[in-house]
Amino acid sequence: MYTVGWQIAEQIRAHERVSRKEARARAVRLLSDVGIPDAASRVDAYPHEFSGGMRQRAVIAMALSCDPALLIADEPTTALDVTVQAQILDLMRELNARGSAVVLITHDMGVISQIADRVLVMYGGRAAEEGPRRSVFHGPRHPYTWGLLDSVPRVGGPRLRRLPTIAGMPVAPGSLPEGCAFAPRCRLRHERCEELPVLSAGTADAAHRDACWLPTDQRTALRLTTRTADSEVAS
Amino acid sequence: MTAQDIAAVDPEARPGGEVLLRATDVTKHYPLRAQGLSRRHRVLRAVDGVSLEVRTGETVGIVGESGCGKSTLGRCLVRLTELTGGRVEFDGRDISALSARRLRPIRPGMQLVFQDPQASLNPRRRAGDIVAEPLLVHRYGDAAAVRRRVAELFDVVGLSTAHLERYPHEFSGGQRQRIGIARALATDPRLVVADEPVSALDVSIQAQVLNLFADLQEELGLTYVFIAHDLGVVRHVSDRIAVMYLGEIVELAGTEELYGSPAHPYTQALLSAVPDIDDGSLTDRAPVRERIVLTGEVPNPVDRPTGCPFRTRCPYARERCALERPPLTRTASGREVACHYPLAE
Repeated sequence: MYTVGWQIAEQIRAHERVSRKEARARAVRLLSDVGIPDAASRVDAYPHEFSGGMRQRAVIAMALSCDPALLIADEPTTALDVTVQAQILDLMRELNARGSAVVLITHDMGVISQIADRVLVMYGGRAAEEGPRRSVFHGPRHPYTWGLLDSVPRVGGPRLRRLPTIAGMPVAPGSLPEGCAFAPRCRLRHERCEELPVLSAGTADAAHRDACWLPTDQRTALRLTTRTADSEVAS
Repeated sequence: MTAQDIAAVDPEARPGGEVLLRATDVTKHYPLRAQGLSRRHRVLRAVDGVSLEVRTGETVGIVGESGCGKSTLGRCLVRLTELTGGRVEFDGRDISALSARRLRPIRPGMQLVFQDPQASLNPRRRAGDIVAEPLLVHRYGDAAAVRRRVAELFDVVGLSTAHLERYPHEFSGGQRQRIGIARALATDPRLVVADEPVSALDVSIQAQVLNLFADLQEELGLTYVFIAHDLGVVRHVSDRIAVMYLGEIVELAGTEELYGSPAHPYTQALLSAVPDIDDGSLTDRAPVRERIVLTGEVPNPVDRPTGCPFRTRCPYARERCALERPPLTRTASGREVACHYPLAE
């Protein structure tokens, strides 16, 4: 077993020629940067002595140890409570403001909606929709994105008796259909869907692209129709 | 979203049946191993003086962060764990001190649905046998009657009876949770305590299982205690909500009141920390909520702060908060808050 500080120092010493002492001092500074109270003594603690939120911070400290230009964070807040999640997201924003690019991978639409500049929605290993955050969240175009947004119970807005659902189960990576991967679960499936849709832009915004055969100008109306149907049909 | 698309929940239509479950001053303490000589009697106060009433037909949500004691409370309510103090009455009968033998005829009436269907279903038993087990334990009837009832339960929770012979690993996560629900419903319970029943599920599957809970309540007249950390989920299912912090209820209120105007600073902070989806629909209606980022971490329940449990992280804490523990008090509008200085309603 290794202490948290040792694990951060190891990373620094692997990439830079620094003394043990200096690496340790940097580990203390990093832990303090990510908001670990009393970092000078906590640096000698073992991971199991940290809470979940502190462990996640320690891992972020590790990732930041060599000033990365790019940080890829895979579900960094999924195991955390909301109040701690808010602290970690603030940390990511700060890092971003200091010039690092961040790729945040998550299933939580709320987190994405709070933090991302651009969004990529994936299904079955492929891009379903891509674009600037505001554009994707305010005017989602792919039926899968509609389902993701509508099926999450919110803390604000109207309360529904039944939630709209996405029918069926997520596609297994081994059995991807020839055409659109989402077609088997899509209420608006038609003949064209047997052909693989290409990622293409709509009429308004060239940066906002989606992979769906539905006519681009009718998406908003179609979304309302499916939402009503989804919340009425028994799951 | 237009008004006719929504079968909106009527906030006034709160079920007002008789009290089915009443918890009075429930405590659950776990003694810890002695560390050194000086502190021999260290105690973890998982649940520390919780009182709660649940009426027939309603859903009471219990929400809080990890370690707040919500799961332990759930287990105390159906007496899956022994209480350290206080009492629990189910259907007018004190069950907190009953012997195992006397408890047995009461057990069918109150059932638990667990968080992780993977861990709570025996991997070596077939789905049909898992659902049949409580029927056999409580001597439901002969083999044919049990078979008929299991098939009926599969149907109720939306599983195919063609899959009775399958093992749990042959089902998806959402289907496994349906098996867990079918097992809980086998004995025709009046009360179902669901402990994080959707948190292990994929977002798209979560909505399906939540709809199942709603349908079952309507069809079978069930009463739910719904424990979850997800504030959106709890809001969706609950008529009333208890917010827990360090083993205590800090606020207990109707769902609309709680989310509309939280009275306890912790509730306020918790709600403000939820990253809400900005889909363009909220900006013109509701003002952007002020974010309150709490500093520090939840204190260790072994070293509980003096006075108010939340005061070490509370942005409004004053001197009195460290000296006196605020009791859960009913305000003029009928909600209950444990705070010396509750927020304006």
